[in-house]
Parts: sequence; structure tokens; C-alpha cells
Amino acid sequence: METLIQQFINGLVIGSVYALIALGYTMVYGILGLINFAHGDVLMVGALVALQTMLFLMGMAPGMSPLVMLAIALAVAMVICMLLGFTMERLAYRRLRNAPRLAPLITAIGVSFLLQTLAMIIWGRNYHTFPQLISTTPLQPIPGVFVTPVQITIVVVSALLMVGLLLLVNRTRIGRAMRATAENHRVASLMGVDTNAVIALTFVIGAALAAVAGVMFASNYGIAHYGMGFMPGLKAFTAAVLGGIGNLGGAMLGGVVLGLVESFGAGYIEHFTFGFLNSSYQDIFAFIILGLVLIFRPTGLLGERVSDRA
Amino acid sequence: MNELVAAVPWLGKRNPTAARWLIIIIAIAAPFIAWQFGRSWVRILDFALLYMMLALGLNLVVGFAGLLDLGYIAFYAVGAYTFAFLASPHFDIHLPFWLILPLGAAFAALAGIMLGFPVLRLRGDYLAIVTLGFGEIVRIFMLNLNHPVNITNGPQGINMIDPISLFGWDLSRNIRIGEDFTINSLFLYYYFFLAAVAASILFIQRLQISRVGRAWAAMRDDELAAKAIGINTRNMKLLAFALGATFGGVAGALFGAFQGFVSPESFSLMESIAVLTMVVFGGMGNIAGAVVGAFVLALLPEILRDVAVPLQQTLFGHVLLDPEVLRMLLLSLAMILMMLLRPAGMIPARARYCHDKHLSATLKQEALK
Repeated sequence: METLIQQFINGLVIGSVYALIALGYTMVYGILGLINFAHGDVLMVGALVALQTMLFLMGMAPGMSPLVMLAIALAVAMVICMLLGFTMERLAYRRLRNAPRLAPLITAIGVSFLLQTLAMIIWGRNYHTFPQLISTTPLQPIPGVFVTPVQITIVVVSALLMVGLLLLVNRTRIGRAMRATAENHRVASLMGVDTNAVIALTFVIGAALAAVAGVMFASNYGIAHYGMGFMPGLKAFTAAVLGGIGNLGGAMLGGVVLGLVESFGAGYIEHFTFGFLNSSYQDIFAFIILGLVLIFRPTGLLGERVSDRA
Repeated sequence: MNELVAAVPWLGKRNPTAARWLIIIIAIAAPFIAWQFGRSWVRILDFALLYMMLALGLNLVVGFAGLLDLGYIAFYAVGAYTFAFLASPHFDIHLPFWLILPLGAAFAALAGIMLGFPVLRLRGDYLAIVTLGFGEIVRIFMLNLNHPVNITNGPQGINMIDPISLFGWDLSRNIRIGEDFTINSLFLYYYFFLAAVAASILFIQRLQISRVGRAWAAMRDDELAAKAIGINTRNMKLLAFALGATFGGVAGALFGAFQGFVSPESFSLMESIAVLTMVVFGGMGNIAGAVVGAFVLALLPEILRDVAVPLQQTLFGHVLLDPEVLRMLLLSLAMILMMLLRPAGMIPARARYCHDKHLSATLKQEALK
């Protein structure tokens, strides 16, 4: 029973990080029909920039309170990632908006690898220890079940950000413009919506969320390196598809469900396959889910919009 | 070949026959030229030929049939591991080369169909991600299937794979002629691989203008319309995956035998992307494009390694960008810039999808332009 609850908590934590990343994918997909392959690498940039800021602050002002330090690092990471998202859209994707279907995707893959390479040049190939500014001493709410304050923070912050995003999209003028653009570019622009600005804004918001997710991911595992964004990026994409791509609520649900499946799967796979497979196969769950969803329910759990665009 | 001929700058348009001979002479003389710069360059050429084969196979899937496959390297892995299982001390099986090659190809084709079936309904970007996932799953299995039964030997990989032996003629041995003249085994491999690539080009060229090739082109350009005119898109897609995978499998088997050692590291996503970049760089849907793209992008990183590293030493006193970083930088920039500036690739596809004898004289003239 303790293991079950423990796996549930682990799944929830990692799932909320996936959900945050998935929101970036799903927003861009909803508006442009583009899978922004480089989204996972924005996460990596966010984590590494935050790391760099923290190291800088630790050197400059050793007495600073850890929470303030974390907040500053997070803010810097978000700003850098927002700039990055904006630049990516402006330089690479905007020109390809009307290009043949494979072109934007191939470009996105290129951007993803370019970001990884640049990160490799700046930060090297090594794994960096990510400073744990929030305590990692586990609490025991139930005997035998461990929760760290970092994990609690991750879940709470993700939940707050998601609520904020939902409010932004559903209650504000900007949100209405975003929804209109997602519905139909051309008509939206006829109604006076500056679609270029809306698309840029979507990338910027997605990148900011990815930066937060990156810091969370790195804090949870205590490490950061140039290739850390790839797997969570793919899994978050799976989460977005699972929830129904283009649907914000779906991305959140998909993220949490995927996190839970992965956590339980990794915990019990050894048991079910009689020791043949073990937890090192954890990463294949996301791909299997992705395959199954796309084959049997391509619209995802909550999605209605079937995207027939290539 | 015709496309390749037409792509030769200047000469290709004026004198196709001369251009054709030029290509043949270059292909035959290449290892001798490379030998002047050192032994390792012949080896690099051998690998370039393997990449050419991979690019030709992937071009079949991406360029002809329009199915973006990001897990292509998995088939290469299947071929290589088939060879490793059946011709190494790992299981202590040593089957002859001519038996393993078709087996490797068949297993890879089977893997292609296995991948093809579930993704039949997917298009474009979804397909790309699922195939990527397939590639990763294959890699994860290769990495972890050493426990509880040791099948793939995990991250260490399998070594001491038997070399290619053509009817008792071992390609890995240097041939000695007389006292002071030897033909290095790298040359033997080069010509063997060259023959394989030439055969592949011939086959693919015929395939492109066949019923199947035209059906693929129709499907790539508009799937709905292709269905409407009676093309069985399901079978065509499966065929594309299977045939593309076959080339990957054959290249993989050759790679395993040539290198004598396989490990999961050689089959990372980066390699899939590298092969894709070669196809994109050269020009999708175009045999000449795949060949040129593979040649340029397989050699360029090696040339950079030789030029850029000493250059950095003299300029900055230490190496800022190591060769692996340079390779990734080159590939990713090639991908982005090609898509933005020249989406049709270095040599844009201009296939006629028609047998040569059916072309009118004017069209033939135009095709060579």
C-alpha cells in the first residue's frame, strides 16, 4: 500500500511537470498546427540558465535567502526562454508558415539540435549538479511514504500556472484573440486580430512555461545537462496527444495521466513480466501510449478537433 | 544516374556522356586519391558509401512516398545486429555472408512492416514522432536486453564479428601481389560497397519510374486523390516502409561486418537525424540528391575535423569546438538553412516518372537542363 501511494505521488509530481511542458506544445499546435520539436530544448535552456544565475548569485551575494535566489533565477530563465521562443518563431517558423507540410517539422528538428549543440558549447557535456534551494529532506505524511518540499512546490506551482493560463485564455481579450486565431487565422485577422503578434505571444508563453518546467525538472532530479530536454519534451508531446492536442485541459490531464502511468509502470513492470523487463524500460511507456492513442483514439481523451493537417 | 549526370556542374548539360564517365572515374579513383591523405580517409569513404545506401533507402520513404521516418536508423540496427548474432562468437554461430545478408534484409523489412502497420493512418508530423519513438524503443531494447538472458550484450555491444567473405575470399585481408605491392582491405571493402550502392541506385531508379514509384508520388502529393484514382495507399505505404527498411538492413549488415563491432551507441537518434539531413540537404525525392547529400555530409565533418581543430589550436591556443560538436552544428544548421533558403535541396528533384523511351526528344533535352 505504501508503495502504491508513493508511486502515485511520484507520478503526480512528474506528471505536473509534463503537463506544463505539454501546454506549450498544445498551444502552438492549436494555433499553427506545428509540432514545435524544439520545445523540450527550451526547457533545457531554462534549467541551465537558471543554474548559471544561481551560481552567479551564490558567488555575488552568498547571504541571500534561497527562496529569493530561486525566484530571481526563475525570472531570468523565463525572460531568456521567452526571448528564445520569440526568436525561434520570428527567424525560423514564421517564414515557413505556408511551406509544404514537412518543411516546418524538419526545421523544428534542426532548431532542436541546434539548441542542444549551442548548450553543449556553452555548458559542456557534463552533468551539472543543480542547487537544491528548496529543502529535499523528505517528510512523512503517512509512515513509509516520502514527500519532499520540492515535490510539493512543483505540484502547487504547476497547478497555479495552469489556472493562470486557463484564465488568460478564457477570460481575457488576449485569450480571445488566441482562440480566434486557433479557429481560423484569416478570419481572425479580418476581425482585426494581429495574428502575427498572437502567434509570437503563444510561443513566448509556451517558452516561459517550459522555463519553469525546466527549473522544476532539474530541481526534482538535482541535475542539469545539455540533453535533458529531449525526453521530457517527447513525453510532454505524448501527454498533449493523449489529452487531445490543441486542448489546454487535455494537455494537463494527459500530463498527469502519463506521469502516473509511467510511475506505476516502472514500479510494477518487473512484477508483470516476471523479471524479464525492469525499470530501465521506463521510457518506452510514453511511446507505447503515444502509439496506442494515435491508433485507437487520435483525438485524445478530451479532444474533439481532429487535425487532418499533415 | 541520369540525374546525377545532369547535376554535374557545367559539363552535365553540355556533354552528358563525358559527365557520366567523369562520375565513374571519380567513383573508381576516389580511394586512391583518399589514400594519399592517409589510411583513415579510405575508411571514411567506405563509411560514406554506407551512408549513401542509408540515404537512398530513407529517400525512398521520405522523398518518394512522403512519409517522414525519424526512426530509420532502427532498421540499420536490425541489419547490423542480425549480422552480429549470426556471425560472431557471441552465440558462436558463423553463418556465411550470403546467407546473412538476405536474412538481415528480411528482418529489417519485417521490422519495417511491423512499424508500418500501426502507423498507416498517421500523417506528417504524427508519423514522424511515432517513428522516432519506434527508433528509441529499439535502442532501449538493444541497451537492456542483456538481462536476464543476455541477447544483445547491452551497452558493451557485440564484437569480433566475422568479416565479409565472398565465396571464401576474405575482404578483411590485404591482398599481396608480388613482393612490395599490396591492396589494402579498405579498398576491397570500398569497391564492394560501391557495387552495392551502384546496384541500389539502379534498382531505385527503375523503381521510381515503375507503377509503384508513380503510385508513391501520387500518394505523396495528395493522398486523397491517390485513393480516389484507385491506388491502394495502405499497401503502397507498407511497401515503402518495407523497401526502405530493406536498404537500411543491408547497409546495417555491411556496417556490422565492416566495423567488426556493433553497439547501441551507433544507432542513436542523432544518426537518424544525420541520414535525414543528408536526404534533405541533397534534395528529397531525388536519387542524385541522396547520393550527393550523403557524400558531402559524411565527408564534411571529417574534413572539418582535420582543418578546424588545428586551426582553433593556432587561433585560440586550445580547442573550442570539438569535432563531434562541429558535426552536430553542421547538421542542424544544414537542416534549418536548407529548409529556409532552398527547400528543394541542392539538387531539386525533377524526375519524369516515365520510361525514357516514351519521352519525346524535346522533353529529353529539357530533362538534361
